[in-house]
Amino acid sequence: MTPWRAAVTAPPDEVLAVTGLTKRFPGVLALDDVTFTLRAGQTHALVGENGAGKSTLIKVLTGVYRPDEGELRHLGEAVTFPTPLAAQHAGISTIYQEVNLIPLMSVARNLFLGREPRTRLGLIDFARMHREAKETMAEYGVHIDVRRPLRELGVGAQQMVALARAVSVDARVVVMDEPTSSLEPREVETLFGVIRRLREQGIAVLYVSHRMDELYAICDTVTVLRDGRLVHTGPLAETGRLQLVSLMLGRETSEVRAEGVTKFSGSHDAGSRPVLSARNLDRRHQLHDVSLDIRPGEVVGLGGLLGSGRTETAKAIAGALPLGGGEVTVDGRPVRTGSAAAAIRAGISLLPEDRKSEGIVPGLSVRENIALAALPRMSRFGLVSEARVDAVVDTFMKRLRIKAASPHQKVGELSGGNQQKVLLARWLAMHPKVLLLDEPTRGIDVGAKAEVQKLIDELAGNGLGVLLISSDVEELIEGSDRVVVLRDGSVVGELTGDEVGADQLLRAIAEAAEEETPRHD
Amino acid sequence: MTELALDNRTLPDRSTVVGWLQNYGVYLGLAVLLLFNVFFTDHFVSGENFRTQAVQVSPVLIVALGMALAIGTEGIDLSVGAVMALATSVTSLYLGYGPWLALVAALIGGAVIGLAGGSLIAFVGVQPIVATLALMVGGRGIALVLLPQLKDVRDPAMATLGSGSVAGIPYLALIAAALALIVGFVVRRTTFGRRLLAIGDSRPAAQLAGLPVHRVLITVYVCSGVLAAVAGFLATARLQASDPSSLGNLMELSAITAVVVGGTPLTGGRVRIGGTVAGAVLIQLLTATLIKHDLPSSWTQIAQAVVIVLAVYAARERGKR
Repeated sequence: MTPWRAAVTAPPDEVLAVTGLTKRFPGVLALDDVTFTLRAGQTHALVGENGAGKSTLIKVLTGVYRPDEGELRHLGEAVTFPTPLAAQHAGISTIYQEVNLIPLMSVARNLFLGREPRTRLGLIDFARMHREAKETMAEYGVHIDVRRPLRELGVGAQQMVALARAVSVDARVVVMDEPTSSLEPREVETLFGVIRRLREQGIAVLYVSHRMDELYAICDTVTVLRDGRLVHTGPLAETGRLQLVSLMLGRETSEVRAEGVTKFSGSHDAGSRPVLSARNLDRRHQLHDVSLDIRPGEVVGLGGLLGSGRTETAKAIAGALPLGGGEVTVDGRPVRTGSAAAAIRAGISLLPEDRKSEGIVPGLSVRENIALAALPRMSRFGLVSEARVDAVVDTFMKRLRIKAASPHQKVGELSGGNQQKVLLARWLAMHPKVLLLDEPTRGIDVGAKAEVQKLIDELAGNGLGVLLISSDVEELIEGSDRVVVLRDGSVVGELTGDEVGADQLLRAIAEAAEEETPRHD
Repeated sequence: MTELALDNRTLPDRSTVVGWLQNYGVYLGLAVLLLFNVFFTDHFVSGENFRTQAVQVSPVLIVALGMALAIGTEGIDLSVGAVMALATSVTSLYLGYGPWLALVAALIGGAVIGLAGGSLIAFVGVQPIVATLALMVGGRGIALVLLPQLKDVRDPAMATLGSGSVAGIPYLALIAAALALIVGFVVRRTTFGRRLLAIGDSRPAAQLAGLPVHRVLITVYVCSGVLAAVAGFLATARLQASDPSSLGNLMELSAITAVVVGGTPLTGGRVRIGGTVAGAVLIQLLTATLIKHDLPSSWTQIAQAVVIVLAVYAARERGKR
């Protein structure tokens, strides 16, 4: 397509657009034929669950990745951004979740990095730089000594510096990837003020967030991605919250699928007294007053959108996250929070979401990985009894049907499903009372998925208390006896008995969002 | 893509060869060097020569054992040379109370330095290279405060330890061999050894599996300190003198060389004690060979560099997989 023709076909206010975008990674189709348009003065929400392709789309738009297929248009002309720098020169600024500034340099230098005001001798004009930096930061509600190193600022203030820098480089498009995840409510207000000002100046904002209230407070358009495909795009005001949630999770509210999609049997006979009680868990920006109980033999589902605090809740209970407040008891006895070792001793086991970096020890064998946590049980005076390890490893490899060339094969070489089974074996060897499963079947093949689901069912049947986190609605509904719904780090509802159904879950997630008046408007 | 990984056994020859070289290359190199010497070096095959080589390599070998543990946790211990100096100072100060007490004092000195380094690394979160660099500088300083200048060591028991032998094998070599066996056993067969490897391979996973990460890290650096102190004590016995300003100089680099040449990756998660022993002997023999063939010592250094680069290259090929 020649540039002049593109200019004719493109709408006048289109700033950045892709058509038919496809991006593949080895073994994964990250984006599949996605078409997306960003217009001047638009505040465009980009939403989707994990693996939906949001990050990949952002990275294509900002020159980090190049599309395999499809066309990228900038101001109506077909372009390719060979590097992120080229995209920046074209007026596309990105603010990443993790602040991309230089912590040891002063605020002013960070703000003016690479375009410092010069004196006539070509030296940096510090006086002018500091004065202008101070004025700029004041506009963003940050009143600080701009000569101080950036790292002395709070995360929120650092985010503001990143934003100020992004906007001040003549941006036409500003991409914000979860900009409020570490901001205080007051700072969010300031951020929204800045976004409104950008809108008046005709700057397009691509806003990625999981917080419904924020989307409805500040965005005018929404695009929903799911599994790498575009499922919806249009004015946000015409898209209800319930509809948005169903689009993201891939369930139509009217659609009732056949039961038995998963290998879960459904209900279990739960004991009466909770084996685990978590009370008032609190962590800055992540958890607010979260309480839940798990009874023996019960599978408690933890529902909510990405970023609602599901993983944080599980990690907090397992002692893997330091807490601001709250307590965890097992069989009525308090467990020291913030210590994984203490939680494990009390009988709490966590299968982490990030299996590869937090779960398996890739360089060690299947055998060593299974034995890792339970080593003291299989040793005397610090000497490992190989016979006892062999016995345990053999038992679990058979029971969980772990497929490996031998117990001595490295875990890193196994398939995802088998890695997950190795982790399950590691914990089952500890005879836990409570099993926290964070996305236990994500990224594993269908067969292994069914096996893992069946196994969870069996374990609960044997009297284990299970907490199940899953973005797969079917899995959550059919696997859980009860579902606790989280939003923005707070418990907003609970489904019990007959209420445990897909429609009810979606409604709980969406309605919970609707009940309160939006915080920031 | 993880499914494909199962077929590793059928990967192309090249990576199999490189993998084999990484595992056994050090033994191959050692064998080649031995054969070369047997045929081309005069008076190589003699008990006297073997004894000399064994005595010379023993301190490096003992230090390298501790270094291998530190590297196995994805750390490093630069303080070992300074610990040797501290050990020699302490030894000569306490020798008046008998060699045993002097040995215990020296070991305590090494343990204290290790404890300090390990605590900085585990609790304060200082990078191992920085924490042990501070101790490397400070430790030698303390050694020189304790014993400002070279001092002769006149003690019959020490003299026997340093130059005596049993059944033709020097005591020093016997001690080094025994320590290598013990450390090898600890790595393979104890909970401590398993945990050390898990921490080195993936610290977040080890932490979430409830392993006592801090305790293991501190123990590793205490072990390294104690082993370096043993080496310092033995070197004092062999030299019949205490010289804290020169003993153990650049020992940290020789030890790292032995460990790396022996096939232990710097990225942690793996400790090869047999390889470390072979690595130390290989470097020792390489030096001796070049000297015997009247090449200047600068050639020795160049040859060492080549060996290191080869070892690191093999390790890198493995890591790329």
